[in-house]
Amino acid sequence: MSNVLANLKYAASHEWMLLNADGTVTVGITDHAQEALGDLVFIELPEVGAHFDAEKEIAVVESVKAAADVYAPISGTVTEVNQAAADAPESVNQDAYAAWLFKMMPDNVADLDKTLDAAAYQAVADAA
Amino acid sequence: MLKKTVLNAAHRAMNARMVDFGGWDMPVNYGSQIEEHHAVRNNCGMFDVSHMCPVDLVGPDCRAFLSRLVANDVAKLTTSGKALYAAMLNEAGGVIDDLIIYFLTDTRFRIVVNAGTAEKDLAWMQARISEWQLDVTITPRRDSNNPLAIIAVQGPNARAKVWQVLPQVKAATEGLKAFFAAEVDQYFIASTGYTGEDGYEIMLPAAEADALWNALHAAGVAPCGLGARDTLRLEAGMNLYGQDMDETVSPLDAGLSWTVAMKDERNYVGKSALTAAGQKKQFLGLILLDKGVLRGHQQVITKHGNGEITSGSFSPTLQQSIALARLPLGVQIGDSVDVDIRGKLLKAKVTKPVFARNGKAVI
Repeated sequence: MSNVLANLKYAASHEWMLLNADGTVTVGITDHAQEALGDLVFIELPEVGAHFDAEKEIAVVESVKAAADVYAPISGTVTEVNQAAADAPESVNQDAYAAWLFKMMPDNVADLDKTLDAAAYQAVADAA
Repeated sequence: MLKKTVLNAAHRAMNARMVDFGGWDMPVNYGSQIEEHHAVRNNCGMFDVSHMCPVDLVGPDCRAFLSRLVANDVAKLTTSGKALYAAMLNEAGGVIDDLIIYFLTDTRFRIVVNAGTAEKDLAWMQARISEWQLDVTITPRRDSNNPLAIIAVQGPNARAKVWQVLPQVKAATEGLKAFFAAEVDQYFIASTGYTGEDGYEIMLPAAEADALWNALHAAGVAPCGLGARDTLRLEAGMNLYGQDMDETVSPLDAGLSWTVAMKDERNYVGKSALTAAGQKKQFLGLILLDKGVLRGHQQVITKHGNGEITSGSFSPTLQQSIALARLPLGVQIGDSVDVDIRGKLLKAKVTKPVFARNGKAVI
């Protein structure tokens, strides 16, 4: 059974978000997503400084089995990427909530309120 | 409603991740596909491949039938138990299916066809028997009232593990060379496989499959899903029907020339089309030099024109991405080519279409 953390926000496309004190949002893929993909072997991260609208393809995670797009869960500008995760894709399998992928400065932090909470995402994951 | 093999509950009990594989509810892994891959290369793993369909052929015209049905020459089958890999072609020279033919006696053969193609294969074979007015009875042994299960035990320790669990088959199987089968009681044990490792494919009555599966597991054989099966066969350079070839692809363009007998006097289905068309592409390997993962349908840009990847993934043995590809004639092994991955051109090297066998990289 995959793990959904109560303190995070989620997108139905299986990204998690954590609002940081500096106003940025840390983004990764959920435990459910890593489990569905299987052993990850490649991660393509976005460029720092690039702007993405919500629901646009922002990164790619590839497992032995398949390639999957990661979508920007909210609109914003990439401020930082986690090169350590790209260098060791298996770290996302080991702990999807520790191995974050990138941070964004949201265009409008209130957009976060429109995303899923843990209970709502759990329902999405259970139905998948 | 997905079809299930007799081992479905056993997979679920072992926490398999199940997927829809061509209409079959099959295990893709039991945790880590990469660990399962390494288990087969270095020790021993087992696969439930009961979704594939054994077909028994009985009758005085078996040999005459097979000599017209497939592009490889069953005249090569002279010793009882010998197996032959062959392509069954349509009149246009496209591949209806690839299959293994086991020669048992002159009036009894067994063939094993792919899961997703079994129904069309059986219809095609039945139609050819009628058209050619031959005395051959074909009996599928998958969904019948006398079904078989197939468990593939693969890896350097596979034989020892099978003998540990089925000591009664040791005498008949320890001398088996590669690509042979022996029948012992209800077991049909073949030294064939789809991983590039030593091992057996065991056909047995479906009702007994659970007991064998669990006994092998208790003996330390790792259950492996179709995910590892795919990366193992890709490393071994073995074609996958539906990806590397299909009804629109000539076996000569899919790396199967070694299975196509062109010079003998047989007039098998598709031969005239193959002779007329000749080889138009070559089937080679690729190793990605940049970071990323090669996948089927990606375009390959070479100085001789464009080609296409037919199967690609990450190679757990090489720790690099590898692929099988149909490339223009003129491309040479060792050439550097570009692969279009999501609009970016990444560098790859052309190789022989085989990457790892018997536990080792061969590149």
